[in-house]
Amino acid sequence: MGYSSKSPWLIHYDGSSCNGCDIEVLDSMMPLYDIERFGIINTGNPKHADIFLVTGSVNHQNISVVKHIYEQMLEPKVVVACGICACTGGVFRDCYNVIGGVDKAIPVDVYAPGCAVRPETIIDAVLKAVKILDEKAAKMGAAEKNR
Amino acid sequence: MATRSVIPFGPQHPVLPEPVHLDLVVEDEHVIEAIPQIGFIHRGLEKLVEKRDFNQYVYVAERTCGICSVGHGWGYVSATEKLLGVEVPRRVDYLRTILEELSRVHSHLLWLGLLADAFGFEALFNHCWRLRETVLDIFQRTCGGRIILSIMIVGGMNHDIEDSELHAICDKLDGIKRDYREIVDTMMNDVSVKNRLCGVGVISFEDAIDLSMVGPFAKGSGVEHDMRTTGYGAYGDLDHFEPIISNECDCYARCKVRCAEVFQAIDIIKELVQKIPNDGIGGKPKAKVAPEGQAHVLIEQPRGEAFYYVRGNGTKYLDRFRLRTPTSQNLGGLVRALQGVDLADVPMIILTIDPCISCTER
Repeated sequence: MGYSSKSPWLIHYDGSSCNGCDIEVLDSMMPLYDIERFGIINTGNPKHADIFLVTGSVNHQNISVVKHIYEQMLEPKVVVACGICACTGGVFRDCYNVIGGVDKAIPVDVYAPGCAVRPETIIDAVLKAVKILDEKAAKMGAAEKNR
Repeated sequence: MATRSVIPFGPQHPVLPEPVHLDLVVEDEHVIEAIPQIGFIHRGLEKLVEKRDFNQYVYVAERTCGICSVGHGWGYVSATEKLLGVEVPRRVDYLRTILEELSRVHSHLLWLGLLADAFGFEALFNHCWRLRETVLDIFQRTCGGRIILSIMIVGGMNHDIEDSELHAICDKLDGIKRDYREIVDTMMNDVSVKNRLCGVGVISFEDAIDLSMVGPFAKGSGVEHDMRTTGYGAYGDLDHFEPIISNECDCYARCKVRCAEVFQAIDIIKELVQKIPNDGIGGKPKAKVAPEGQAHVLIEQPRGEAFYYVRGNGTKYLDRFRLRTPTSQNLGGLVRALQGVDLADVPMIILTIDPCISCTER
């Protein structure tokens, strides 16, 4: 197994972030940081994606959108919370419309802190996510054999 | 008769990194009506002013938006300084203006990249963002952060940017200017680009006035409205400043305005670096409480005029902070521009408005 770790596809959704982390997520795919050298492609289709990058906290309006994208993704899937808002709610945690980190809506596998999260952190987090993706795929394969 | 159908656009859509939802009512391939639905990024940060004192709130105000964070910080601190009656040294005004113009350069580069991406010009997209990294490097060297700078405080700057560093910025800007001219020439003289942008998404001068549009969106329709002409910050000390306008009123005109604004911003920075005085960088104000009263400030962000209003109530917490951002002004124009266009042109028109949703929804 482990083939998906050679070319994991990303999907990115902006929760209620300030844009800073979104820009850095896009930035990490650009020539300087170039996360695409790991075989990663940014896709807009949840069904194609293996890794779900969420930036920003969840609020009452977007919690259903975040859940819906997560549910549409096929197993195995990994969620990376990018930026401190996605991890805990960050500087906005006391705002009336902010529920909290993304883990209030969906299970999160990797937390990447920072305000705004730096591209190096994103690369590190995604590579960790790839390992988790492999483990999840191996577990699924074992469960398949035992059936 | 053609049947009408509704196509949802967003909130999760590859063309925009930010969530905005549009219900597009289409008849065959023509958009009859566009109904925006916002609120996906609403955090309610204006209300947070009641829980953070006016010195702390700078950090929240800056995080209104990651692209125009310099301008938001500046708008908030200068409105609060007005309320407190604090005079900042001229050097602070100069430094803030230089940072604001740098953020205009990086914002417009980011926008040009996204527009190129919507075209399918993947290589140009990458080139724009590679060039943008130079500006982010400048931010990192001088302020410590790439996106959120947190260098402004109420009453001055957190730390100084030395003259040698400012001259180094000028040298880097020369390189950016050279590369940017190549990119702009490639983009704006391309036949296919012209075919897709000229005559698309037309907003007439009258409409632009009626819908009170701001920024490059309005300037592309011939409206000569730029807050920098009022001479706030260090703009008043410039030898010559004239807003860039274009009278063609279509998508191409807006692109032309933004591309020219980058060159203008680079010239402004160079001029200011030559003139910058050396009279200190201020510091935290002595006042521990914000007096009763109100103050407002208008600032020209990369996307247009932004309005900042603060009201004090005699405690260390402000009573009210209000922020009106350029994109919320321009949404009316966006809905008008989308009427009657082809469905395939929708991403292009949305991008030439250069929407910043997280500013809009706050």
